[in-house]
Amino acid sequence: MSNTISLQEAAIYQEHDAPHVEHQHHETFITKYVFSQDHKMIAKQFLITGMIWAVIGGLFSVLFRLQLGYPESTFPWLEDLLGHWAKGGKIQPEFYYALVTMHGTILVFFVLTAGLSGTFANFLIPLQIGARDMASPLLNMLSYWFFFLASIIMFSSLFVQTGPASGGWTIYPPLSALGDASSGSKIGMDLWLTSMAMFIVSSLLGGLNYISTILNLRTKGMSMTRMPLTIWALFFTAVLGVLSFPVLLSGAILLLFDRNLGTSFFLSDIVVNGKILPNEGGSAILFQHLFWFLGHPEVYIILLPAMGMSSEIISVNSRKPIFGYMAMVGSLFAIAILAFLVWAHHMFVTGLNPFLGSFFVLLTLLIAVPSAIKVFNWLTTLWRANIRFTPAMLFAIGFVSFFISGGLTGIFLGNSALDIHLHDTYFVVAHFHIVMGVASFFGMFAGVYHWFPKMYGRYLNNTLAFIHFWVTIIGAYLIFWPMHYEGLAGMPRRYYDFSGWESFKMFAGLNQFISVISMIVFAAQIIFIFNFIYSIFKGRRVTTTNPWGANTLEWTTPIRPGHGNWVGEIPEVHRGAYDYGKDGREFIPQTEPVGENESHH
Amino acid sequence: MTQILLIAIVVMIFIVIFQIAKASEYVSVLKGEEKARKQNNKINAFLLISFLILGLIGVWWCNDMFYPKTLFPMGAASEMGEKIDLMLYITIGVTGVVFVITQVLLFWFSFKYQEKDNQKAFYFPHNTKLELLWTTVPAIFLTVLVVFGLKYWFKMTSDAPKDAVVVEVTGHQFGWEFRYPGADNILGKKNYKLTKGANSLGVDFNDPASLDDIHVAATMHIPVNRPIKFVINAQDVIHDVGLPHFRMKMDAVPGIPTTLWFTPLYTTEEMKIRSGNPNFVYEISCDQICGKGHFSMRGVIIVESEADYKMWLASQKPEYYTIFPDKAPKSTSIDSASTKQTPLATVIATSK
Repeated sequence: MSNTISLQEAAIYQEHDAPHVEHQHHETFITKYVFSQDHKMIAKQFLITGMIWAVIGGLFSVLFRLQLGYPESTFPWLEDLLGHWAKGGKIQPEFYYALVTMHGTILVFFVLTAGLSGTFANFLIPLQIGARDMASPLLNMLSYWFFFLASIIMFSSLFVQTGPASGGWTIYPPLSALGDASSGSKIGMDLWLTSMAMFIVSSLLGGLNYISTILNLRTKGMSMTRMPLTIWALFFTAVLGVLSFPVLLSGAILLLFDRNLGTSFFLSDIVVNGKILPNEGGSAILFQHLFWFLGHPEVYIILLPAMGMSSEIISVNSRKPIFGYMAMVGSLFAIAILAFLVWAHHMFVTGLNPFLGSFFVLLTLLIAVPSAIKVFNWLTTLWRANIRFTPAMLFAIGFVSFFISGGLTGIFLGNSALDIHLHDTYFVVAHFHIVMGVASFFGMFAGVYHWFPKMYGRYLNNTLAFIHFWVTIIGAYLIFWPMHYEGLAGMPRRYYDFSGWESFKMFAGLNQFISVISMIVFAAQIIFIFNFIYSIFKGRRVTTTNPWGANTLEWTTPIRPGHGNWVGEIPEVHRGAYDYGKDGREFIPQTEPVGENESHH
Repeated sequence: MTQILLIAIVVMIFIVIFQIAKASEYVSVLKGEEKARKQNNKINAFLLISFLILGLIGVWWCNDMFYPKTLFPMGAASEMGEKIDLMLYITIGVTGVVFVITQVLLFWFSFKYQEKDNQKAFYFPHNTKLELLWTTVPAIFLTVLVVFGLKYWFKMTSDAPKDAVVVEVTGHQFGWEFRYPGADNILGKKNYKLTKGANSLGVDFNDPASLDDIHVAATMHIPVNRPIKFVINAQDVIHDVGLPHFRMKMDAVPGIPTTLWFTPLYTTEEMKIRSGNPNFVYEISCDQICGKGHFSMRGVIIVESEADYKMWLASQKPEYYTIFPDKAPKSTSIDSASTKQTPLATVIATSK
């Protein structure tokens, strides 16, 4: 119906755009791999672009960890590589801050937003709800190419003479507004803002598409309450993105105005480098409100897909239904709502009205309730299960472990009285790296290991996967766990060197240890990337359509589904996605009609 | 040379890992994939439970090693800070218990319910009672934490007591300036457009209240056991007055003054003993990224007895006189010469 119409439109577009295409079944290299409108190919484009960014962002962290771990040493090869940014083999402070900023920007937006929900929303939504493609394949394609454009602009900012943005990924003005205050706030900042504007366009095009696809293109029988939890999670993710990204866009545009057109939205009473600026009446704090109105939902944009995929993977490999499906949906919904009402907990030390702040404390700590429900439901799913430790399952278990560890420290930071002490220390670094960095990466890895056979018709190598998992989980805890202690010693984040401080210099040995581990963990990710690329071409072939014995619809498609996913009719759905171990049967696919003697629940 | 060697070693390790991985895949095909999978399952289940046990030992060990380096052993140096520490302990206690229980369950269940040939998964899709249990129990604990937290939050953000010592703190790239209100206890007005040359804070000297204001850079003196109120400004970008030993922090925002107050409990000398560090000094760290010198934006607070503080204050010359030396009373020029020798002499000179 509506999807066939959009497919026809897509075909018309293709013919118009590329006249050498004779008819829609014949695909050239360009239409199949580059300007593809197949959601599966777009998903792979997002994934591989995300992986390239992850390597760049990860490498940046290794570079600045080199400085933090060995502040006294010089590395002459760095100067060969980076020129004046590492004069005398020592990373310069401006460059250190540029690395920190780009590491954050890249990982938060380009990897864990585009690379995570871009990949799995595109790949899983049509396959798991039984649609031939997205509601608008054209917009879907544009979504990737806007992301690509954003990537190009951000990448180019790494090569400008004055360096990329260096005011932290939160780009608070006035630092980010005044070229005189920091060399990274010159052309690099304009490029950052332009790139983010493109990125937001991409994410809106994608998000609107995901929402309309989920609402309109479900196959017969696929009621909302029969959808797998992955789809629910991706749905709420898309809603969060659509409602909050425009606010960041407004903030970015106002900042561009302040930078280039002489407006004073965020600037007031400033003397920089002896220059008295004319701007008066603006509010630097206003930007923080605009930023965190996206910034906080963004955390859940990153986390929810990982939650959804882990729920699915834990259920499949436990051979048990996910415990409390409706509670899982309800808690996702609660988190999505609360995500919009807690942004000012990032701003407890800005001089915010304490009365207003108290509401943000209350609402922030309220998030712990749905989070607790999710954790206990995952634990109960594992109870009396029959667990298969596929690489995906291991990463999903790792996800739960990190979600617990990082979630609990959120209770410290959400409570404003404690936050005042811990704000902007390494405690915060530990908290958000564990809960939204590592946990989301584990969800993403779980997803890649689980659906790789569907993506490429081959398996990833298990031994490499196990090595990847064990090095990463051990390494990530070794890196981030001790950071809590640095935070409890009041050690501020984003410091280039602590040796001048009587209060913070006692952690030199620990910083060195963390730097060494971070290099090892980075190397383990290279193993994963190698495994990924190698297995696309040489992996063990998948021989059955349903290798994991899963219920969901994507495993009813051919091993290597073409554009349109199902040959012939789209299957009809008769039950929820989690009938594992029911009535003595190991699993009952969603397509199987409910039997007459089947027990009810 | 060593670099090439290092790269060669890394590459070798990768190749060896890859060869092992490839070989193990062939072995699993030969042995039968089902059998190989079950073997891997056992290994991973064992590793998961080992990870839990070693991990918990590691948590203990890490605490042993790093707890002495945190701010806990020397204690908070302000009245409010002691309550914050208590609250931190309570929060660590509550979350610590939840942490251990949930992590133990996670890895223990994973180990215990690993796939076995004669085992069947238990069909258990939901249970309203259980779900209600773990909705309400966390909610109750959180209410307690919120009530505690908000009580202190309102206390620490309340207005400073009337008798508080007021110090104006101004942040700029990359240092701190402090201004004391002088004898009239009123800070003179400022206008950023007046910032020029020696008048680096933009003080409006047409305001009579500004004439006795004292301006010092980098090192601040405050008395012990009296409430101290900071009025905080920034000149260029956002900075943050970080006071880890007092458990306090507040942003310095250009154009929007902020305040904080606290009551220091120990002098710097007393803290040298409490911390066991003869070089101990209260430091102000900039906690909001402010440019390339952010990490070096250091201020020092010297907490001293009321008498020492008064003595120090008396030795300081109002900023007005340093900027306009011709306006200074004749006698102070002699005083300022003697300042360089001993502050005590100045006190005696000015106190008559």
